[in-house]
Amino acid sequence: MSALLTVNDLRVRFPTRTGVIEAVRGVSFTLGRERLGIVGESGSGKSQTGRAIMGLTPSHAEVTAKTLSFGGIDLLSAPPKVRRDLRGKRIAMILQDPKYSLNPVMSIGRQIVETLRRHESVSRSEARERALDMLAAVQIRDPARVFDLYPHEVSGGMGQRAMIAMMLVAGPELLIADEPTSALDVTVQLEVLSILDKLVADRGMGLIFISHDLRLVSSFCDRVLVMYAGRIVEEIAASDLASAKHPYTQGLLNCMPVIGADRHPLPVLDRKPEWAL
Amino acid sequence: MTTAVSVQNLTVRYDDFKALDAVGVDVAAGESFGLVGESGSGKSTLLRAVAGLAPVAEGTIRVEDQQLQGARRDKAFYRSVQMVFQDPYGSLHPRQTVDRQLLEPLAIHGVGDGERRILKALDEVGLGSGFRFRYPHQLSGGQRQRIAIARALILEPSILLLDEPTSALDASVQAEVLNLLEQVRRDRKLTFIMVSHDLGVVTHMCDRLAVMQNGRVVERLSSADLVAGRIGEDYTRNLMLASKGFRRG
Repeated sequence: MSALLTVNDLRVRFPTRTGVIEAVRGVSFTLGRERLGIVGESGSGKSQTGRAIMGLTPSHAEVTAKTLSFGGIDLLSAPPKVRRDLRGKRIAMILQDPKYSLNPVMSIGRQIVETLRRHESVSRSEARERALDMLAAVQIRDPARVFDLYPHEVSGGMGQRAMIAMMLVAGPELLIADEPTSALDVTVQLEVLSILDKLVADRGMGLIFISHDLRLVSSFCDRVLVMYAGRIVEEIAASDLASAKHPYTQGLLNCMPVIGADRHPLPVLDRKPEWAL
Repeated sequence: MTTAVSVQNLTVRYDDFKALDAVGVDVAAGESFGLVGESGSGKSTLLRAVAGLAPVAEGTIRVEDQQLQGARRDKAFYRSVQMVFQDPYGSLHPRQTVDRQLLEPLAIHGVGDGERRILKALDEVGLGSGFRFRYPHQLSGGQRQRIAIARALILEPSILLLDEPTSALDASVQAEVLNLLEQVRRDRKLTFIMVSHDLGVVTHMCDRLAVMQNGRVVERLSSADLVAGRIGEDYTRNLMLASKGFRRG
């Protein structure tokens, strides 16, 4: 399997008045056309890893890596024009909350068409056709109606499906999903996940699924990276999760209340300073 | 057993929209009662109606044998009923220190002995006195939620209304806050009414629960029944299925 994305020793630093904060401290992995999960708590650097690959790190932060290459392109030395062409076309990202990440003053259809027309020279009517097809592909029942709706007129689940449509319409090779369902109801979560799952499988994309929910990630991905304090503390096949070795991974697995398990009090994480070394 | 909170035939209307439609719930003193449902099912509205934060169109709310009128609540009510909100980032005043936020309920109710009570409240939620003069932005999400709990507990209420108290927190921090809530309930013999969309959390924390959909209670059952799968309604079964996680179909 040839690597789609190679990340070697990725570091993201934020200089602040009180010193440099290292959000990501030497993350390395390679990704083929597979589903990779990145799990960790808030502040573990999982989202910053995704953003660095996408090229969305704030400009005052420093991103360094020995290698950060996507399909043979060195992302760190690539000029902004090349990165703009990659973003949305070959690498796409789904963000957490459709309420904040969709443009509130643009109809859903126009936002999808915009992505498409930015990257491909297609006619207006063809772009509209493809946007409608894409909306149908994310199982929106009446695509023509939803096309003209604004983000505030649709529910969270519908908004998130519209975002998936927008991200997949240009046919990316790599999809980064940053907590794509955390803002949704449990029942809607599953619908959105199964749509995402099907599209990723049909189109043979690489997927990076970022979440704080270890169980969810393990049911969705082939391989899971567990991050703590900016580093990968464990890499494990999703099927072997039960035999996780790192106490942090075990702690994350155990601390969720499970229906039917009578555990009072719940086991809590006993954070060891040496995990962050 | 005495009834702590009794809601009968409660309807809440926002213009033409019925957020609650003739809902009835009885919660016994010392019980931990859960409300489950999707967003928009009215579970938070029910809690807010009890606290006097939602416009009641019809129905009665009785708290500790006091009949409540409309949205008016007297001071005595707030001494026995306190609420903890979902988002600890939004529910604490950003420009007040922890000390000031904890002092406020004491000042309103004319309770003396602030110094000792504040230290005790901080201690009870597992934060030392070192946190007393910090601002909310100097605290993590879990620490903020502990402050919100301390603020609710400082008046020594008998009923705590919990509106998704852990859904904004990481799973590992959620476990800590849930343990804290169970601890204070045991120590003070509190009555809990807890809203959550997470069946795992509700069955862990509550003895009985009501499942809500579109402003109505569709099913009332005990956690033990839920765990054992003795479920009457398809909607509840769906929620149960959804909470088991993603399955490739």
